[in-house]
Amino acid sequence: MHVTFSEEELAFQEEVRAFFRDELPDDIREAMDSGAELEPEMQIRWQKILFNKGWAGVNWPVEYGGTDWSPVQKYIFAREEGSANAPVVIPFGLRMVGPVIYTFGSDEQKKRFLPDILESNVWWCQGYSEPGAGSDLASLKMSADLAGDHYLVNGTKTWTTLGQHADWIFCLVRTSSDVARRQEGISFLLIDMQSPGVSVKPIILLDGTHEVNEIHFDNVEVPVENLVGEEGKGWTYGKVLLQHERTNSANTFRSEYRLRRLREQAARPVRGAAPLANDKNFMRRLAAVEVDLKALEYIELRTLAAVTSGKAPGPESSFLKIKGTEIHQAIDTLYMDAAGYYALPYNPGPGVGEGSETQSALAYFNFRKATIYAGSNEIQKNIIAKHVLGL
Amino acid sequence: MDFSLNEIQTMLADSVGKFIDNEYDFDTRQSYAGSDKGYSDAVWSMFAELGWTAVPFAEEDGGFGGGPPDTMVLMQSLARGLVVEPYLANIILAGGILKRTASAEQKDEWLQPVIAGELQATLAFNEPQARYDLANVTTTATRDGDAWILNGKKGLVLNGGTAELLIVPARTAGGAADRDGITLFAVDANTRGVSRNAYATVDGLQAAEVALDNVRVDDGRVLGEPGEGYPALDATIDDATLAVSAEAVGIMQVLTDKTVEYSKNRKQFGVPIGTFQALQHRMVDMLMACEEAQSLLVWSVMTRAADGDDSKRAVSSIKYLVGTKGRLVGEEAVQIHGGMGVTWELDVAHYFKRLTTIGQLFGNADWHLDQLASSPGT
Repeated sequence: MHVTFSEEELAFQEEVRAFFRDELPDDIREAMDSGAELEPEMQIRWQKILFNKGWAGVNWPVEYGGTDWSPVQKYIFAREEGSANAPVVIPFGLRMVGPVIYTFGSDEQKKRFLPDILESNVWWCQGYSEPGAGSDLASLKMSADLAGDHYLVNGTKTWTTLGQHADWIFCLVRTSSDVARRQEGISFLLIDMQSPGVSVKPIILLDGTHEVNEIHFDNVEVPVENLVGEEGKGWTYGKVLLQHERTNSANTFRSEYRLRRLREQAARPVRGAAPLANDKNFMRRLAAVEVDLKALEYIELRTLAAVTSGKAPGPESSFLKIKGTEIHQAIDTLYMDAAGYYALPYNPGPGVGEGSETQSALAYFNFRKATIYAGSNEIQKNIIAKHVLGL
Repeated sequence: MDFSLNEIQTMLADSVGKFIDNEYDFDTRQSYAGSDKGYSDAVWSMFAELGWTAVPFAEEDGGFGGGPPDTMVLMQSLARGLVVEPYLANIILAGGILKRTASAEQKDEWLQPVIAGELQATLAFNEPQARYDLANVTTTATRDGDAWILNGKKGLVLNGGTAELLIVPARTAGGAADRDGITLFAVDANTRGVSRNAYATVDGLQAAEVALDNVRVDDGRVLGEPGEGYPALDATIDDATLAVSAEAVGIMQVLTDKTVEYSKNRKQFGVPIGTFQALQHRMVDMLMACEEAQSLLVWSVMTRAADGDDSKRAVSSIKYLVGTKGRLVGEEAVQIHGGMGVTWELDVAHYFKRLTTIGQLFGNADWHLDQLASSPGT
């Protein structure tokens, strides 16, 4: 029983740590620490730095320009990324549609799309949810009817994260409704956002940010060569992505970074007042989250050890999603409570509050989404009840 | 990175598991718990024969050379049988002090018989007024020629009614809650002036209030240096805290398994109650509590074994977690078992009571959270 890494793994960890220390630009680091959402320009600049290092395609095979890292290496990368509070890549291209294309796509699709995804030249967004299909994804209705050399697409996608910046969208669409199971008849389609008939309508979240959108498709013509894999198999391809979306949401070391900063902050007097560390109730809550986080870190390590010894990752990813998002929200709450009155000014500009104080309530409001998206935490519990407990 | 058990740990888990499956069903356990002594001498002798009592002792002391991970495996395995034999009192508590402080002759006199299962012993670490502060020792020991005279009261002494050897911390210097000035004495329970009020505890185990009234103890019964008993006391209680935490995790897993199983069989309104989503989500919460506790236990045990700066933090973290999540799992197990859950007849209630007992031992969740809140963090 031990958690030590091998010599090679330790050397790799050193390399990754040095990379984040030396290559993460100061302005991006400061923007991350402020707690606000990152500007798209900064996001892309960072992803191109990763690309130049050869580390953009963390999960990708070498033949498509990926790293081909082992599960332990990927874990180490994510750990150092979190500990450095570096931006996470926007997942839609690099983590989602990229892997679907190199796994299920045609040779032409691979040649056409993969290089730009890897280099972050093209911004992708995800078209899964619909106004009538949230956690019950299989009830989606957006139709794609074959009409000669193209599909005619009609319907609405929603909760489309950062869709206002996107060049392309990958969608689950219904190509047939004459099926025994709702999951059949769903296909995976790539759509150019510049196509006539596509319109983007912002959805403003409770913190006032424009992060998600509703996207309408009105008789949009999509060439048949933009269908990925086989017609009717989209559900299977899409599920592979959702599994990934969940394992990625534990974010243990970013949470550890945030808790460590909060402890440091609590130890300092603020505006001449006594340090927050004198408040026993606050420090107890902080300590309780630290314990939960340490447990999560070891759930993650035990899962990793199982994967390394050849077991497939299964419903553990649901554990990680539930606990990771709950802990993240608990930390958001602590930051807001630590800020007291100075949680309240709404985007006041410079000179009001200290550190991330005036972002703290907004972050708290914004991140309520985390227990809802990617299969709400209640859906994750349904999955565990069925697949682990056999209920 | 490797979380699997080594060969010896696997053997230990297997042999304890077989013993519980074959010789220690719930009815047997209840009959031992209900006997005069509150446990079985025959079973205790068997523990010694199989070497289980030797696990946490160095090889030169006749032990097995095991560390916290081995104790974890053993305690977690024993938990499944709700074993009432006094492993904690004899091996972890009394043994923990003796291995740290006893001279070679003292080890021959007391530690060897304890490991051999021939001497019942315990550590009377707690006083009625002390709550969870180990340094709060008001029992006094004063010099009288080449002996000491002990006066005071010890509370909730585990195995205190049966123990022939009581290890007693007493104050030989300093104020009521000072860490310095505590001396450890190996007191023969039959010495004149020792009186014991033995009783059962709510989990079916045994304890006693012990009064020391002018008890005369020879110099040869001082363990370690006079006035310097606290570090050994503290380290032993940390070991004990980890040991009962491992037991608690084992019990949480049993309760979760039993509850899920029950929900698949128990029908109401024509369907198994496990089909109700309201119950499914609560059982998922129980399962997640087990996973968290098991994962944190592994960290705590490895961290304690490495004995670094994080050692205290590791002990308090796991005890806090099993205190809170153990309560959740125990209460939910009873609730989901419905009326049966609140009967004496069903084993679930007894697992719940043991889990609750562990929650109160060696610092409850609030106490350990306070330790964590005031520590400098990770």
